[in-house]
Amino acid sequence: MLPCGTFNETYAQDMAIVRTRLQWGLFIAVMVGVLTLPLYASGYIVSTTIATGVTLIAVLGLAIVTGYCGQFSLGQAGFIGVGAYTSAILMTRYNMPFLLAVPAAGFVSALVGLIFAVPSLRIKGFYLVMVTIGAHFIIIWTIVHLPKLTGGADGMVAPWASIGGFTFDSDIKYYYFVIPVVILMTFLAKNIGRTRAGRAFVAIRDNDLAAEVMGINLFSYKMLAFAMSAFYAGIAGALWGPFLGRISPEHFSNLVSVPLGAVWLLGMVIIGGTGSILGAVLGTLFLRVLQEIVSAMTPIVATQFPALERFAPATFGGILFGLAVIVFLIAEPRGLSHRWEIFKASYRLWPFSR
Amino acid sequence: MQQPETTRKSTLAVDNIFLSFGGIQALKGVSLEVGEKEIVAIIGPNGAGKTSLLNSINGFYRPQKGRIFFNGLEVTNLSSHRRAQLGLARTFQNIELYTGMTTLDNLMAARHIHMKYNFLWGALYFGKAHDEEIRHRRVVEDIIDFLEMEAIRKKVVGALPYGKRKLVELGRALALEPKLLLLDEPMAGMNTEEKEDMARFILDIYEEKGIPVVLIEHDMGVVMDIADKVVVLDFGEKIADGSSKEVKSNPRVIKAYLGEEEPAQTGTKV
Repeated sequence: MLPCGTFNETYAQDMAIVRTRLQWGLFIAVMVGVLTLPLYASGYIVSTTIATGVTLIAVLGLAIVTGYCGQFSLGQAGFIGVGAYTSAILMTRYNMPFLLAVPAAGFVSALVGLIFAVPSLRIKGFYLVMVTIGAHFIIIWTIVHLPKLTGGADGMVAPWASIGGFTFDSDIKYYYFVIPVVILMTFLAKNIGRTRAGRAFVAIRDNDLAAEVMGINLFSYKMLAFAMSAFYAGIAGALWGPFLGRISPEHFSNLVSVPLGAVWLLGMVIIGGTGSILGAVLGTLFLRVLQEIVSAMTPIVATQFPALERFAPATFGGILFGLAVIVFLIAEPRGLSHRWEIFKASYRLWPFSR
Repeated sequence: MQQPETTRKSTLAVDNIFLSFGGIQALKGVSLEVGEKEIVAIIGPNGAGKTSLLNSINGFYRPQKGRIFFNGLEVTNLSSHRRAQLGLARTFQNIELYTGMTTLDNLMAARHIHMKYNFLWGALYFGKAHDEEIRHRRVVEDIIDFLEMEAIRKKVVGALPYGKRKLVELGRALALEPKLLLLDEPMAGMNTEEKEDMARFILDIYEEKGIPVVLIEHDMGVVMDIADKVVVLDFGEKIADGSSKEVKSNPRVIKAYLGEEEPAQTGTKV
C-alpha cells in the first residue's frame, strides 16, 4: 500500500525501494547516523557495530539460501571459517593485499559451498540440515588437521587490514572499512532478492515442482543459492579475522557461546522473517542486542546470585536465545519484517486502522 | 509410425507411450496428436491415466516406451525445465503456485526463461537488468489485464480464494509465452459463473494468442462446447479420438462411462 497522495506513474516507480520523500529523508538520516557513529559513540559501541555488521553479512548469505531458496543450512559458521582462514593465509603466507584477499576469501568459500551443495538436488529438509552440519564438521576438522597452513588447533594471526600504506589498526579506522562493505553487501542482496535469481529462489522454496515446470533449473539455482550464501559467509569471515586479531577453530564452532555460530545466524533469519532482507537486518540487530545484554548482565548476575555463576555466561545466553526463537515462532512466525509491514500499513491507514 | 515426425504439421505428437509404476500399467500404448490450431480435450473416468499422460508430456514422468515430439523436436528424454524452455506450459489439478509470492511475482517468476541478464546484473540492478525488469513487467501487466486480475496484483497468492488461484496459475502459464498449453482440470471445483469465465479465457487464449490447448476436464458440457477434438482414455488405453460428436456416439466410450449395455442380472425392479 502506498502512502496517501503518492501515485505510481511508471513501473520504475512501482519497483523502487526508496519511494517517498519521507523514505529518502529517513534513509539519508540513517546513513549519516551510521557513518558518523565513531565521532560521538564510545569505543564499545563502535566495536559492537563492527561485529554486528560482520554478522549481518553472514546472515544475509543465510537469508539467501534459507530465507529465499528454502534450503536449510547450519553450515554457515564453517564457511565463515573458510573465509577467515583463506584471507589470513593469503595475507600472511602469500603477502596478498587485503583488498584482494577479501574477495578471494569469498570465492574460495563459495567454491567449498558448491561442493557441499551438490547433494541438495536430491536431499531435502531435515536431511539437508544434516548434510550442512556435516559440512561444518568437515571444514573444522580440515582446519585443525592442516597445522602447517592454518596453525591447527592453536589458530593463527589474522593481520590488520591495510590498503596501500594505510593500516586499519584501530576499531574506528576499521569501522570505516567494514560498514561500507556491509552497506554494499546489503544492497546487492536486496537486488538479488527482487530480480530474476531471487524469484527463482523463492519459486524453488515455495514449490519446487512448479518451479521446474516453469523452466527453472533446480540444480543450478540451488547451487547458485549455496554459492552465494557461502560467498557472503566468506566475506564475513575475511572481515571477522582482522577484527579478532587471532583466529582459531573455536571461533567458528556452532556453539551458542560463539556469536557467529550457525544457530544464532539461523535464529536471526527466523526472528527477522524468512525471505526478506529487511528481516535479516532486523533479526541481526535484535539478537545482537540480546547477546550484548547477556554479556553485560552476566557479571551482575554472577555477583548478585553467586549460585548461578557457574551457569553463566553461555547457558544464560542460550536460554534467552531459545526463548526468543520460541516466542517468535509461536507469536510471529513471519518475523519482525512482517510486523513492520503491518505497522506500516496501519500507519498509512490511520485513523481507519486500529 | 508411418513417417518421420518432424515433417508433420503437429505441435505435439505422443507416439505409443507406455508408463508403469511397479505392477500398475498407467498408460498402455497411448498416442496423441495436437495440431497447430486445436483445442484437444482428454476425458476419461477416474484413474484412466489422464494426468499421467499430461505428466509424461511435460516431463514429470518418463515413459518406459514410446516417444514424444514437440514442434518437431524429440523431447522424450528432456527434463521438465528444458521442455518449459521450449514452450510447454501447464497448470495443475491441485493448484501448484508459489504461495509466498504475490500474483505479480508469480507471473514475473514465469518470465524467468525469457530474461537474459544474469544474477550479477541483477545484484547491481542497473542498466540491462533494470530495463529488462520493466520490459517484462509490461508483458506481465498485459496478462494481468487479459485475465482481469488487476485487483489481486499485489496480493500474496496463498491467501487468495480458490477460483482466483486457478486464474493466477493460468496467468503464470501464459507468462511463459507457451507454444502449447496443458491444462489439468482448469474448472474443477468452480461454480457455473467461474466455469464460464474460465471457458471464455481459454477460448480467448486460443483465438487471440493462437496457442493450442490440451485440457483435461470432467464437465462434459464444457468439453463438448470448446474442444475441437476429444480423446478418451480408459484404464490407460485410448478408446476413442475424434470430434465431440463422434466420441459421444462411440459405443466403447458409452461403455466406459455408463457400463455394459446388457440387461441387469439382479432381477430386482425398482
